[in-house]
Amino acid sequence: MKEAIAEYVHDGDSVAIEGFTAFICFAAGHEIIRQGRRDLTLIRMTPDLIYDQMIAAGVASKLVFSYLGNPGVGSLHCIRRAIEKGVPRPLEIEEYSHYGMVGRYTAGALKLPFFPLRSYTGSDIPGASGDIRWVDSPYEDGKRIAVVPPLNPDVAIVHAQRADMSGNTQLWGLLGMQKEVAFAAKKVIVVVEEIVDEAVIRSDPSRTLIPGLIVDAVVHEPYGAHPSYVQGFYDRDNEFYLSWDKISRDEERVKAWLDEWVYGVEDRAAYLEKLGAETLERLKPGPAPASPVDYGAYA
Amino acid sequence: MMHNDVTPSEMMIVSAARAMAGVRTVFVGVGLPNIACNLARHTVAPSLELIYESGVYGAQPARLPLSIGDPTLVTHATSVMPMADLFGLYLQGGLVEVALLGGAQIDRYGNLNTTVIGEYGSPKVRLPGSGGACEIAINAQRVFIIMRLSKRSFVSRLDFLTSPGHLTGGNARREAGYPGAGPELVITDKAILNFDNDDREMQLVSLHPGVTLEEVQEEVGWDLRRAPEVVETPLPTDEELRLMREVLDPAGLYRK
Repeated sequence: MKEAIAEYVHDGDSVAIEGFTAFICFAAGHEIIRQGRRDLTLIRMTPDLIYDQMIAAGVASKLVFSYLGNPGVGSLHCIRRAIEKGVPRPLEIEEYSHYGMVGRYTAGALKLPFFPLRSYTGSDIPGASGDIRWVDSPYEDGKRIAVVPPLNPDVAIVHAQRADMSGNTQLWGLLGMQKEVAFAAKKVIVVVEEIVDEAVIRSDPSRTLIPGLIVDAVVHEPYGAHPSYVQGFYDRDNEFYLSWDKISRDEERVKAWLDEWVYGVEDRAAYLEKLGAETLERLKPGPAPASPVDYGAYA
Repeated sequence: MMHNDVTPSEMMIVSAARAMAGVRTVFVGVGLPNIACNLARHTVAPSLELIYESGVYGAQPARLPLSIGDPTLVTHATSVMPMADLFGLYLQGGLVEVALLGGAQIDRYGNLNTTVIGEYGSPKVRLPGSGGACEIAINAQRVFIIMRLSKRSFVSRLDFLTSPGHLTGGNARREAGYPGAGPELVITDKAILNFDNDDREMQLVSLHPGVTLEEVQEEVGWDLRRAPEVVETPLPTDEELRLMREVLDPAGLYRK
């Protein structure tokens, strides 16, 4: 992880650590904080706790997003402080709706000049901070539709269950926008719970979301998405999401938390050791395997 | 089963569930709306498919989901897909029959604010923003709004219009060319309101037991219209109470 962040994430870059509630790579976010990056443009549909922590640590000057909340809990207080009071530094925002962000990643991945969507008519969102425009249909008179511009992050960081050494990546559960953001980004870092043989990937090709072709670095980082979750591997640590609601209301407590859990640990392995086996055991789900499928042999 | 201890939240859950009679697909949020949808699935809408914006179709949660991205929504769902498919093929494709929405502010035409209190550029309170709400409000065939009544929420003028309802009322929504019909019901802890008049203006249709018209007006920031006939909301049945209290939310996280 250290080398991947050092090599691919630079001051001033636009960075998308995606994953909708699931597969959020906290390990990468914490490493970016430790390496002291500045002036990043952070991109995520739902900034979640990871961007709350990164913005509190001062790594970002801009945020591109569509829903600003602690999912199922409440507010993201650090980001609110940055927007409402400019603490620890002013934060420029660029805001869309979910489908607007979906369209931006899709246009970015498809190398299209814009993405049309049936949204925004009558809403104040287009006049706020996002670059939403309107086009007339070339096929039907008087049909106007909203469009959003392509989004091509400098770096995408995607967490998943497994990949092979070449970066062929398989993911099951909430697919979010992991595929589109990877195809849209200039550089792609894949972070996985397990590195597997190429034969494992080839045994189930329909599950491969991201081909190694577009992947620049593969990082093996078990529990790299804690306190978010990885389907079938560990549950969301909801106790932490609830406690962050309290910690994040107070700037001093946030500083102390960052000192203890980010600056105070060398890497994710040290973080996990500090977290303790009991917590990891608590987050372990029971089994619910899929029925096997047979692709057939056609030799 | 005790009926005299029914909570306002339970009245909201039951009212929302009953309104979903016969519905096939619903776009769900967490918390109270989630329980309402599951109650409907157990009672008046057995073939109801729960759709979550996280990319889940046909969820059958084994525990109370803690967020719309909870892993319990994935396990044993009918389908889990990229969000591009959920918003494109399902929502914009017109397959969502009912969507449940809420907000920090609502006006008399059912327009919703979930973005800011105060000025956008220098907000007093920065709220979460749209998420999928703006396109849900435009594309879902029907919209039910679930909100607690309060003067801070039911305002004569929104600070920011995030998700369009009936816009300025009358034919405004139709003229805007939205695929969906817009807000149909507002289900609150004290009363039920609808938009069943030519102006598409919110009107009182049903008071929960023991609530007076004055108590409702007190929490609304404009002169609230009344339907020609205002009735009393029926109490939950024994079976509805049992499902809510023993099956769907035994800990009472969202019922109290």
